Amino acid sequence: MSGYRVHRNSQRINAQAPCQFRFDGKQLKGFAGDTLASALIANGTRLIGRSFKYGRPRGIVGHGSEEPNALIQLETGGYTVPDLKATQVELYDGLNATTTTGFPSLHFDLKGLAGTFSRFMPPGFYYKTFMGPIKAWPLYEKIIRKAAGYGRAPVDPDPEFYDHLHHHVDVLVVGGGACGLWAATLAGRAGLKTLLVDEQNEAGGWMLSDTSAQIDGKPALKWVSERLAELNSLSNVTVLTRTTAFAHHEQNLVQALELVQDHLPLAARDSHTPRERLHKIRAHHVVLASGSIERPLVYGNNDRPGVMTAAAAQTYLNRYGVAVGRKVLLMTHNDAAYDAARDLAQAGSRVTLIDTRLRGAADWRQHEAKSAGVALMLGYGIAEVHGKTSVSGARLVQLDPFTNTVRARGPRLSADSVLSSGGLTSTVHLFCHNNGRPYWNENSQSFVVPDEGRQGISCAGSITGRWELSAALAQTHAAVSAMLLGFGRSTNGECPVSDERELAPTRRLFRVPDGLPEGHGAKAFVDYQNDVAAADIHLAVRENYRSIEHVKRYTALGFGTDQGKLSNVNGFAIAAEALGKPIAEVGTTTYRPAYTPVTFGALAGSHVGDTFDPRRYTAMQSAHVKRGALFETVGQWMRPWYFPKGKETMHQAVDRECLATRNSVGVMDASTLGKIDVKGPDAREFLNRIYSNAWSKLDPGKCRYGLMLDENGMVMDDGVTACLADDHFHMTTTTGGAARVLNWLERWHQTEWPELKVRFTSTTDHWSTTAVVGPKSRAVLQKLCSDIDLSADAFKFMDWREGTVAGVPAKVFRISFSGELAYEINVDACYGHYIWEQVMQAGEEFGITPYGTETMHVLRAEKGFIIVGQDTDGSMTPIDLAMGWAVGMKKPFSFLGKRSLSRSDTVRKDRKQLVGLYTEDPKVVLAEGAQILSTSDDAPPANMQGHVTSSYHSAFLGRSIAMAVLKGGSQREGDTVYVWAHGKKYPAKVVSSVFVDQEGVRQHA
Amino acid sequence: MANRYSFWSLFKHGLKHHESWQPAWRSPQPRSRYDVIIIGGGGHGLATAYYLAKNHGVKNVAVLEKGYLGGGNTARNTTIVRSNYLWDESAHLYEHALKLWEGLSQDLNFNVMFSQRGVMNLGHTLQDMRDIERRVNANVLNGIDGVILSPKEIQDIVPLMDISNSTRYPVMGASYQPRGGVARHDAVAWGFARGASEQGVDLIEQCEVTGMIIENGRIKGVHTTQGDIFADRVGCVAAGSTSTLAKMAGVRLPLESHPLQAFVSESMKPCLDTVVMSNAVHGYVSQSDKGELVIGAGIDSYLGYGQRGSPHVIEHTAAAIIELFPSFSRVRLNRQWGGIVDVAPDACPIIGKSPIKGLYFNCGWGTGGFKATPGSGHVFAHTIANDAPHPLNAAFALDRFNTGHLIDEHGAAGVAH
Amino acid sequence: MFQIHCPHCGATREEEEFSYAGEAYIARPANPEEASDAEWGDYLFMRKNTRGWFWEQWQHTAGCRKVIAVKRHTGSYEIAGSWTLAEGKEHYLKESEA
Repeated sequence: MSGYRVHRNSQRINAQAPCQFRFDGKQLKGFAGDTLASALIANGTRLIGRSFKYGRPRGIVGHGSEEPNALIQLETGGYTVPDLKATQVELYDGLNATTTTGFPSLHFDLKGLAGTFSRFMPPGFYYKTFMGPIKAWPLYEKIIRKAAGYGRAPVDPDPEFYDHLHHHVDVLVVGGGACGLWAATLAGRAGLKTLLVDEQNEAGGWMLSDTSAQIDGKPALKWVSERLAELNSLSNVTVLTRTTAFAHHEQNLVQALELVQDHLPLAARDSHTPRERLHKIRAHHVVLASGSIERPLVYGNNDRPGVMTAAAAQTYLNRYGVAVGRKVLLMTHNDAAYDAARDLAQAGSRVTLIDTRLRGAADWRQHEAKSAGVALMLGYGIAEVHGKTSVSGARLVQLDPFTNTVRARGPRLSADSVLSSGGLTSTVHLFCHNNGRPYWNENSQSFVVPDEGRQGISCAGSITGRWELSAALAQTHAAVSAMLLGFGRSTNGECPVSDERELAPTRRLFRVPDGLPEGHGAKAFVDYQNDVAAADIHLAVRENYRSIEHVKRYTALGFGTDQGKLSNVNGFAIAAEALGKPIAEVGTTTYRPAYTPVTFGALAGSHVGDTFDPRRYTAMQSAHVKRGALFETVGQWMRPWYFPKGKETMHQAVDRECLATRNSVGVMDASTLGKIDVKGPDAREFLNRIYSNAWSKLDPGKCRYGLMLDENGMVMDDGVTACLADDHFHMTTTTGGAARVLNWLERWHQTEWPELKVRFTSTTDHWSTTAVVGPKSRAVLQKLCSDIDLSADAFKFMDWREGTVAGVPAKVFRISFSGELAYEINVDACYGHYIWEQVMQAGEEFGITPYGTETMHVLRAEKGFIIVGQDTDGSMTPIDLAMGWAVGMKKPFSFLGKRSLSRSDTVRKDRKQLVGLYTEDPKVVLAEGAQILSTSDDAPPANMQGHVTSSYHSAFLGRSIAMAVLKGGSQREGDTVYVWAHGKKYPAKVVSSVFVDQEGVRQHA
Repeated sequence: MANRYSFWSLFKHGLKHHESWQPAWRSPQPRSRYDVIIIGGGGHGLATAYYLAKNHGVKNVAVLEKGYLGGGNTARNTTIVRSNYLWDESAHLYEHALKLWEGLSQDLNFNVMFSQRGVMNLGHTLQDMRDIERRVNANVLNGIDGVILSPKEIQDIVPLMDISNSTRYPVMGASYQPRGGVARHDAVAWGFARGASEQGVDLIEQCEVTGMIIENGRIKGVHTTQGDIFADRVGCVAAGSTSTLAKMAGVRLPLESHPLQAFVSESMKPCLDTVVMSNAVHGYVSQSDKGELVIGAGIDSYLGYGQRGSPHVIEHTAAAIIELFPSFSRVRLNRQWGGIVDVAPDACPIIGKSPIKGLYFNCGWGTGGFKATPGSGHVFAHTIANDAPHPLNAAFALDRFNTGHLIDEHGAAGVAH
Repeated sequence: MFQIHCPHCGATREEEEFSYAGEAYIARPANPEEASDAEWGDYLFMRKNTRGWFWEQWQHTAGCRKVIAVKRHTGSYEIAGSWTLAEGKEHYLKESEA
């Protein structure tokens, strides 16, 4: 127990607004403005998790998105979120969080015991063991899996929702620190449409932590609030806080996630407001002012709870009014960390500053620190931290001033907190998501981005490696001015100034030596979350995993949910040392989105539940619902499947629907079929090229079935096309193929035959189609239509007529997908529902029966009509389907797919061809997808001859029927084959695939 | 094996601070001549070299890798292994691979963590279910394990899946291959690298092939960034660079390279014990041993060598995962990446000889390459060693694009009517 | 996600409005029946699959439905420009000659 509240003038918490919250069931108190992490530290909570591999106790290390350890489970039930970083969770009243690691409990962890054997668990130890006996691996794996993982996946559906918002701006500024604010100010003053996003709950960045900073002669925070006031006053500027830009894509598309309601108590959240919002921002120009993150030094037992970065401790103190400890050791290799030491001492902590440099910081800084009561130890480093579940002290070593080796032993100091500063790491992620590469800057000891940015991107502030505020602002001013020039705008404002003060050089140090060969001393962690120690990186290199990507993958360095924000640079540096190469040559691993984790729901936005994908309904939908239809999903369409009456099963309903249609009259909604209006003087020629059959002689008033092949010769779509006029056709396609066929027509027309005068319009949604089917269909239609002569001689099969049906202008097609006398009434979709009901009424005396896709399938299968996509699979030619009659081999133009039909494989006689099957037992309905064997030998690998594509009970025939594709099937009529499904075999006879009315008498009635 | 891995070796080395581990593979300077050059040090290339040495005694082999070993698609996939393919040719090839997977850790003495947790392919429409029925029956008759699951049976295996009728595309059933699963992708490359190196194969990293040396229609060697290297037989196994290599040899291939994206969530406690795939809603997901949900998206439509795709593809995939698992809505994406997949017109690989004598191609695996790794290397090694295909890859020759004998694995998905 | 300029609409729109339509300017053999199986196979299936600057087709499916020619770098994804098929062809042929 060591953290505690202090009062700081700079603090951003509201001491008047206490918040009660629960952590692992314990009731604790914090304040509005706290993060869960700051509140936990203030309550003296140290142990917050167990490490991934060794179960080592861990505490809070950072203060933001870089936090590797403090992964918590927030809330329960539907509201639960796994793996949030406590450092990024804003405290609210009633918050309930639990730790995510430790088995059986956080304080008594079995893995922690196993950690005793950690010396036998180097990186890659999984790869080297658990290999025998072979059958035991699933058991090993079960244990490994159980030991892994942090939070628990939510089980209940998400009670909140998400949305997307698109922006098109001139300038997007990423980061609301001093530099980002100044960039937005200049862009805003220049009249550019500007958006600034910042991940925190308020803008200000490091200025919220560093209370001594001054800009333009005033406290930096005052300057920040002036900037914000100005930005808010500009109508062309928008500032979004709690909004993290997490990915940068082509042409300056930036995705940013705004946490809209996560900071509110559950009861206070507005159910009409999204939980989170994904902003998709297209910017002419992006200013990356994403700043930098302090990395720790690497030293023995640097993972004990109570170890933290200096920047985190400074932030907790100044921003949240929380002192991390009473007795603090702070190790640094740079000047900046003196500020943290000074502030902590001023707030009452006993601080010992261990500067690894023999001469320490610039004099003024040393003086300032000493005046605040900081004890300085120059030329020392921490070799090893003491304490197990909490820091109790540390052992120091005296460092050689020139080489990173130990010169002498140092004292043991007691302490309750150990801080370190290993310098800053620029947040270059967004610069690199889309092809950018950072470079190693030896001066700033960081991978940084170039001052000039790259096309469309300016970089501003410490992302360029400028750690001093004055230099960062000056660079920002110059970069933004250059950007404004590009927009043809001028810079309106003087560069803000901050005190330029003397600095002592940084010591080039990553791993603090402990005087022992690597791997012999206490574990010195580089990546806390993945338990990667410095020795592990050396081992990887020793085993020849020498590429930095190999090092990363072998050790898991940087693979955690913090994405290596603290660890990567230290890891690269240690790898460079092990490899004996400069860091610049070792390079970085690839930066990939997301910068910080993004909720799946936010990515999906409104594309969930009913709006995952639109449902398409025909105009007759309510009529179908009224009659009890069940629906089938066909592409996006919802089509009536069958219309059960009372307690009918599907089988019973379909039998009834089929018999009613064959014996009297049925009615089906055919509106979902694709319809394309094809018009122009060359329309006929175009059809000749696009269909396999001939269109030259189709007169107006006539319809024809057309078969469409892809250029590989395989059937891709089919449908009936009507000739409306010599230059005008009404094409129909399959329901699922409508959009594809339209694109297909457009592409061939535009790319190959632009000289043909023809155009295409999708009319699928414009026409409603009611198919009246069965021997009594003429009688039904006669009641509704007086201006078309419906007599068999005047209106023949495959004719179409224009007229009125029930007073509505209609195109009536006498076509049939059932083999029955049938009429398809096409009317403007507005009248679709009306016409359906009129037909139902007119047909009542004949017992008119609505039917769905299942009955449609049975009726067409009885006639051997194929369904593209069911009886074909992209590998069937028209010849395979016994549809040679639909191939106009004599057409002058070589229609699409024609040439492919003459290749050696497509002319093979033993290709799979469409046949009919009669099972020996007429009651057996074969499974669609059952395989066909020539003999009853089914020992694998069996000699499969084909498969059943369509199979039904035919009530009309009183037996089962099936369509199938069979090798050499066209020559095998009369053969007996064995149809196999799930170990059962049924003998069946190969027959014609036309089961009913082979002569076609009925449809011509 | 001097450097044998075992629990005992870990213990022994642990006592010595792990200072005495040997390199997993040698990194020699390239020699000027080899019997066989393999271009591409990914899983397939390393497996080819391994089997050349082990099964065919061809040990004077160099593997040339322009980056680092296993750094291409081996490092950027969703690690799914299955063999439940529709057509006989592909089913036999992938099943051959699956059988090798089942003993691979022991064969390589490198635990590739092949985890047979089952692979489920969901059906959401009647046509999906017909296709599943057809495929499962074909699989079983080909000696491949497979069953059809009802929604209720799916729920027993994957309790978090929404199998209700209220979803946009209700789950109607699934095919299930219990022997399918996932493996540790990097380990596969490293295991084959170590095995190949041990048998004398030279693994040359940072060695990019810049040209082919061809005389009288015969391959003689290659120009590289590390100088010319000669061999009478050269195998190209370089997904994402195949077309570039083919162009150097003047060979035209029916390939298009597309980005294929994937992402992982943050690490969570075990919540999904099997691999779930859905073509209809476009997403597939499993949970790694580390606890991350590993999620694959569809391929981006355009040509792309950038190892990254468009964000709307990822957004759609996240939506698909939530459609299947509504409670994953509050889970968070941690990291996304893209690979480059070489897609052949029939979604099947091309493995065999080329018009240049002694030059062989193994390419076009599309999205299915990882699962085939050992099988691909095995049959390709046979093809190179014998200058003739193994019976299992004979059907996958380049000439099928002239004869029309495609093995159309898209067909299994069919088209909606 | 790209932004693509449609020369027919005169507007720059998101990739989601367009459909990719493959390599541009693959000519269909004038007399398919005279092509050998190998020539026909080449036309049907063989592709340049260029790594670098590449002429490709996109169709403005959620817009004017026109197919357009786009010159794009398949490595960096940079777009050099987009043209109508006829205009693009002139540029394309000039580059092919060069």
